[in-house]
Amino acid sequence: MPSADDLKQRIEGSIPGARADVQDLTGGGDHFRATVIAPEFAGMSRIEQHRRVYGVFGADIGGPIHALSLSTRAE
Amino acid sequence: MSDTTDNTLRDAISEAIAENDVILFMKGTPEQPMCGFSARTAAALEELKAPYAAVDVLPDPRIRQELSGLSNWPTIPQLFVKGELVGGCDIVTELYESGELAQMIGVEPPAEAPRAAPAAAEPGAPPLQIDTTPLEDAPRRA
Repeated sequence: MPSADDLKQRIEGSIPGARADVQDLTGGGDHFRATVIAPEFAGMSRIEQHRRVYGVFGADIGGPIHALSLSTRAE
Repeated sequence: MSDTTDNTLRDAISEAIAENDVILFMKGTPEQPMCGFSARTAAALEELKAPYAAVDVLPDPRIRQELSGLSNWPTIPQLFVKGELVGGCDIVTELYESGELAQMIGVEPPAEAPRAAPAAAEPGAPPLQIDTTPLEDAPRRA
């Protein structure tokens, strides 16, 4: 079962220069909320920004990670 | 790769998206949402008094599979406006609060609509009858 810190590491390890703040919403290791700030988000639509973060987790979204609520911005 | 049934289902989903200017794929129905994120997204549309079609993805897991395959978006809910994926609960909530959602849909936000997006209601009891009418009816050509 992933922890908030696992998610943070994976986001920051996959998106160059990203800073992620991840909370486990329920304490159950399956519903998370993340705020992600990354330079590469500049010029990307919200959809593209969220897809980029979801892409880090692939099939884990909807699997072990039931829900990942996102807030993203370039700076 | 996919069998005929799945292709038919994917086609039906594409057509529903093409034929409804505002269409929400959700868990449960607007009256009986089965997930807080779906509830919150439907509630934002309700506050705007926006006409929209709703499709419950729960009756058949293939709906969700095919939809995510089409949209390249992993989670439910998914809101489409004029054939384009707008996003899930987070994005719809942000767009509601900035006023962009009403703009996109082409409605004037009612004066009584709250500025902050309505909070998610608790998921209700399971519906006795699952209404899949929008999915079955929408793709049929007149």
